[in-house]
Amino acid sequence: MARKISNTSRWGFTILAWGVALLIFFPILWTILTSFKSEADAIASPPKFLFFDWTTQNYAEVQSRSPYFRHFMNSVIISVGSTLLGLLIAVPAAWSMAFQPARRTKDLLMWMLSTKMMPAAGVLIPMYLLFRSWGLLDTRLGITVVLMLINLPIIVWMLYTYFREIPSEILEAARMDGASLKNEIVHVLTPMAVPGIASTLLLNVILAWNEAFWTLNLTTSRAAPLTTFIASYSSPEGLFYAKLSAASTMAIAPILILGWFSQKQLVRGLTFGAVK
Amino acid sequence: MATRHQNTLARLMVAPSVLLLLAWMIVPLGMTLWFSFQSYNLLSPGMERFIGWTNYQYFLSDPAFWTAMANTLLLVGGVLVITVGGGILLALLLDQPMFGQGIVRILVIAPFFIMPTVSALVWKNMFMNPVNGLFAWIAKAMGAQPIDFLAQYPLMSIILIVSWQWLPFATLILLTALQSLDSEQMEAAEMDGAGALSKFIHLVLPHLSRAITVVILIETIFLLSVFAEILVTTNGGPGYQSTNLTYLVYSQALLQFDVGGASAGGIIAVILANIVAIFLMRMIGKTLE
Amino acid sequence: MGSITLEQVRKNFGDVEVIPGVDLEINDGEFVVFVGPSGCGKSTLLRLIAGLEDVTSGRIVIDGQDMTQAAPARRKLAMVFQSYALYPHMSVRKNIAFPLKMAGMAAEEQERRVQHAAGILNLTDYLDRRPGQLSGGQRQRVAIGRAIVREPSAFLFDEPLSNLDAALRVNMRVEISELHKKLATTMVYVTHDQVEAMTMADKIVVLRAGHIEQVGSPLELYRSPRNRFVAGFIGSPNMNFLEGAAAAGLGAHAIGVRPEHFAMSTTEGAFSGTVGVAEHLGSDTFLHVDLDDGTHVVARAAGEVPVHHGDRIHLTPQEGRVYRFDQQGLAL
Repeated sequence: MARKISNTSRWGFTILAWGVALLIFFPILWTILTSFKSEADAIASPPKFLFFDWTTQNYAEVQSRSPYFRHFMNSVIISVGSTLLGLLIAVPAAWSMAFQPARRTKDLLMWMLSTKMMPAAGVLIPMYLLFRSWGLLDTRLGITVVLMLINLPIIVWMLYTYFREIPSEILEAARMDGASLKNEIVHVLTPMAVPGIASTLLLNVILAWNEAFWTLNLTTSRAAPLTTFIASYSSPEGLFYAKLSAASTMAIAPILILGWFSQKQLVRGLTFGAVK
Repeated sequence: MATRHQNTLARLMVAPSVLLLLAWMIVPLGMTLWFSFQSYNLLSPGMERFIGWTNYQYFLSDPAFWTAMANTLLLVGGVLVITVGGGILLALLLDQPMFGQGIVRILVIAPFFIMPTVSALVWKNMFMNPVNGLFAWIAKAMGAQPIDFLAQYPLMSIILIVSWQWLPFATLILLTALQSLDSEQMEAAEMDGAGALSKFIHLVLPHLSRAITVVILIETIFLLSVFAEILVTTNGGPGYQSTNLTYLVYSQALLQFDVGGASAGGIIAVILANIVAIFLMRMIGKTLE
Repeated sequence: MGSITLEQVRKNFGDVEVIPGVDLEINDGEFVVFVGPSGCGKSTLLRLIAGLEDVTSGRIVIDGQDMTQAAPARRKLAMVFQSYALYPHMSVRKNIAFPLKMAGMAAEEQERRVQHAAGILNLTDYLDRRPGQLSGGQRQRVAIGRAIVREPSAFLFDEPLSNLDAALRVNMRVEISELHKKLATTMVYVTHDQVEAMTMADKIVVLRAGHIEQVGSPLELYRSPRNRFVAGFIGSPNMNFLEGAAAAGLGAHAIGVRPEHFAMSTTEGAFSGTVGVAEHLGSDTFLHVDLDDGTHVVARAAGEVPVHHGDRIHLTPQEGRVYRFDQQGLAL
């Protein structure tokens, strides 16, 4: 197992990998750097990489010219809200499917997943019309419910794969030990399920935060999360690179950090347990 | 472990999820199907009437549809080739011994967490802009004429942006799969005299085949519905050069207010996605065994 | 008190009948081992007694009370699982105290009992660790500790040693036997390993396909197996079976001879053959012999025997140690 690796090849791989990684990361790095530039420095030719007058002016301006904070809060409320709502509905379902599987449980799980595969374009029109007639267009409630629905299958699946890893013998031991259903849930199941629930929550907040079909089509201003807000920079504000970068940096920073924490769960969650 | 009274409870616990998803699937899809046989324009309310297959005939005979169809396939295919190919190479690289592997991983995975509207805007303005974009500066620095990417090569540019977003996904999943490769198996192959290339072809690739299939299927599901990147960068243009099926349905419905025609397009998109979905479901179903 | 009576207990999983109707009497203080090949229904039978599965029909009586429909906790039984089933998020102390906490026992009494059990099981130094920090044998002892503190009327063990390595298995086997002597509580123990059954049991229940093949003390089963299955299952190495002329001569369809009941000679004997593999263990010698009629038998001799691969050898069964079976495999 423990192989001897020559130092030269290790350094070679290190340089190559860092080079490729920085190239892939560069657009993000460039956005963050530009957000601290003046507009003039931002479009300077040749471009200025690090030696410019660092300023936080753009962040102040983005907030003063547009209600940035409101869109940020919309994003938080919509992504966290839809995930919590989804968990509330999915936890009992995943729970009972993992611990009390019936003959049809597998088919049921597959069917749930199949709803995720429905292309948004196929249901955009009725959803738009229903939202219009129910007065849900551009409301946080409406978009929260839709995001909950599109992520519900993923939430159920992720929880199911986590719950299934809790050995049923432990539950039986608890029952032998005299735990009532309530005690079984409070003292044994919940503590063991918390890590799985937490990573499900994390991944789904990320997915909901970045969702950019329904948010763009069903919200415009009041309930608009950051996806919609940023899209409004398309033109002509987009030509103000520094401000665009500041707004973008603020929109991606929280989720980038969350994402780095959840990269392990990501693989499991997004492949429905097919790759671990 | 099941005893009788618990089974009833179990059914009740599953019910909310099932009912919600059932409603989410049946109601809008049923409405789309219904609209697709109607003449229904939002600008002339009250004039709805049944017109049979006319919407489909209209949609299928519209050259825009075939352009959108071709664009959809090119977009999906192009991104798949780039991300799977690049993902395998990157995964192999990241699996090598090196310093700072954790940080490299973090840098590589980052684009996946960037919201589509942000990445589209950043690429559009700060890189592909023919005047102030970084690519333009590079071209000028090398004495070439800057290219207006989104005007001259709109679809290719979008493929590039979307690939940048999905390359990390492919890499991460393939890397995870790669790391589960049995090292004793590799050592056995070495004892049998296999070189690096034959180890890759005979051991690594077969081991990755399942993960590659999963990547292809899941990406396809998402790539069929690429929308924000097109909306923000080109609005489907110039002409229909970068319009995909999803964007066509959107513009038909919410820009031209033709609900009937758009619904027909939506149903076609559903059929297309289902073909992919069937394969994906088979793959995932196997993990339940 | 800890007597358990099964009356015509049946269990179906869907259309599959796993236990076709079992009657069994387990006396207070007895160490009873259910043994049989995998899939014989021994674990299911144990889980029916525990109440983790519903019986399809029949009665389970524990200490004179009908417990057929009672919840697992009400049966006053404690179970040690194959995977130990420790609660990974609780310390050893909390694991052991869990059943007491569920019973609403006062904290001081809980602590006293945990200390007592930990003392018996040599766990005192580990009480504040998590199960993940313990070795396999220690986890096993925690699981037993969790069972002891409840002072149950009977212990149920579901293949508790199968996840341990060979040396540890021997140690734990002795520890469990000693525990039984110390507590004198009924124990029902499931295993597929006939050595465990022979060494630990007061009473062995041999199961096959949900049927009880024979019940008896270890030596009763060894000396007078009721049929060919029990004869072959009990004893190590397995009994040799010979058919054809040799059996017909004794008026049977088949005869069985245990490896330890062959006398060896290099000159003459009832059966002749060639040595295939000779295993010299020092204390014993096992010879794998291909008899001239093609039958493969194993013979055991005590001590060192200078026989090697390819040698001719003659085997003679000891007087009165030949088992005779009829066409159906029943002992004659």
